[in-house]
Amino acid sequence: MIMTPYSQLQATGIHKSFGRVQVLNGIDFNMDTDDAIGIVGPNGAGKSTLLSVLSGAQAPTSGQIALNDKDITQLPARERAKQGLVRTHQIPKPFSGISVFENVFVAAIHSATSNREAAYDIALESIKLCGMLHLANREADSIGLLDRKRLELARALATQPKLLFLDEIGGGLTDAEALQLVDTILTLRERGIGIVWIEHIVHILLRVAKTLICMDSGQIIAQGNPNDVMSNQQVMQAYMGGTDHALGA
Amino acid sequence: MNIKRSNAYSQVTLSIIIALFIALIILPSFASNDVMERLTVLFIYIIMAAMWNTLAGFGGLVSIGQQLFLGLGAYTTIRITDMGISPFIAIVLAACLVGLLSWPISTFMLRLKAGEFAIGMWVLASIGHLLVNLDPLIQGETGISLIALNQYSIESRRLFIYLAALLSMSALLLGLFYVLRSRAGIAMQAIRDNEEAADSIGVDPERVKKWFFIFAAFGTALAGALWLAQASSFQPKTYFSVQWTAYMIFMVLVGGLGRFEGAILGALLFFAVETWFATAGVWYLVGLGAVAMLCSLFLPKGIWGAIESKLGITLVPVGYQVTGLTTDTLKNK
Repeated sequence: MIMTPYSQLQATGIHKSFGRVQVLNGIDFNMDTDDAIGIVGPNGAGKSTLLSVLSGAQAPTSGQIALNDKDITQLPARERAKQGLVRTHQIPKPFSGISVFENVFVAAIHSATSNREAAYDIALESIKLCGMLHLANREADSIGLLDRKRLELARALATQPKLLFLDEIGGGLTDAEALQLVDTILTLRERGIGIVWIEHIVHILLRVAKTLICMDSGQIIAQGNPNDVMSNQQVMQAYMGGTDHALGA
Repeated sequence: MNIKRSNAYSQVTLSIIIALFIALIILPSFASNDVMERLTVLFIYIIMAAMWNTLAGFGGLVSIGQQLFLGLGAYTTIRITDMGISPFIAIVLAACLVGLLSWPISTFMLRLKAGEFAIGMWVLASIGHLLVNLDPLIQGETGISLIALNQYSIESRRLFIYLAALLSMSALLLGLFYVLRSRAGIAMQAIRDNEEAADSIGVDPERVKKWFFIFAAFGTALAGALWLAQASSFQPKTYFSVQWTAYMIFMVLVGGLGRFEGAILGALLFFAVETWFATAGVWYLVGLGAVAMLCSLFLPKGIWGAIESKLGITLVPVGYQVTGLTTDTLKNK
């Protein structure tokens, strides 16, 4: 895919509350769209909500999001997908009544191209990349968890994204299964697709992430080189309640 | 690897459909009056089932208020013929007007989710019923006849209504076939299965749902107008009755929800059951209910769904099949 020479996603002063519960509390976040960023943090830190806000599934209560200095805060998810920002879901949301190919094709024909033949190629390529060709004609309802996760990825990929938001795509998988996904994600990174990946399995995440962000209570508490972040005192506090056990990096 | 959108069965089906269509066109020259009248009813049932399936089976929009459009289709036909327009033009015009009216209705009804939408549509149908009752022309529940039909002899009236129903059914099924095979068709199925996920990959759920809603409203209104033509009298409570939607649900659930062939098969079955058992009174209705329940318990995909998954047969393919998945293409990463 053709990449613009320099492309940036900026989020400024993002707040998000559900009723009285403040989930995101002033997030400032900048990234080049070809970067690979990992996000960690304890449960309830606001990671998934941040992803939803960045991908357009939820609107922030306040704050701004810009892609290449263009304000996209009000842009719904479907429009952001067309601009190259697309997410996968923590709990896979397959279109269960149609086939794996059709799941991926619908993404290609709506976000990548309106040319049918070109969309066929994009869909097949995405499915192949995720190692699911043998399941192409299977109804999405009938495939297992790993394949559902792969399908989330293949479907997002078929939109031809600049930047992929992955929400715990390794969750619930065995280490071996998660490592298979890492290989695919590394291929995407090599192709210049940016990654923002939330994951609890830190050692898997660190194979991909060049930058690590740790969140707690709706804020970013540390950001930078993955090893530095993992040994940061505040990060340990958030995870372990103040002990200085090394985290499983 | 290639994408195929037809198969050996569908090629044969196409030939059969064309032959059947020609046969049905020339049938009036030798069929009895009774056969023609019954076939007209069957065509209207197929339209109703296909339209409900469009909405619920392919779009996940379960409505129990489609009698709104059925009733409005019939009522609008009465109103238009009252202005001196030929009833056969009025039928088409009425369906178009109801289709147009369904656009503003969709903008607020589609905000409702699942059960709310289903019940909301029923409420709307009841409101439609009451409003139609206010029209002095209709004379309340006394109703009115489609007097304009009297300008034709009984024979030509029967023939015209038969042909109108046949052509309407064929055109709607053909239209539905093309819509389902278009990018909107696959989008609608994605929305049915997960609206949030569909939105996240670039599908506009509101727009797609709106067009499907309007299409189903148009088709159901056409069915209502045709029913009026063959029954020739209009009483609001008959047309705005929830029983129509119950029939639609029966046909689609038994035939196969979300399957093009399913709605047609369901309509054929319903038609057969009605032809043979309708005289059984209350037990006929008990039987219908029991069959629908048994089907949803033991054949959740309906009879056609079961045939499809057991035998792998698709007669009217609206999906996409990847071919050429040989061991070589699978290995060649």
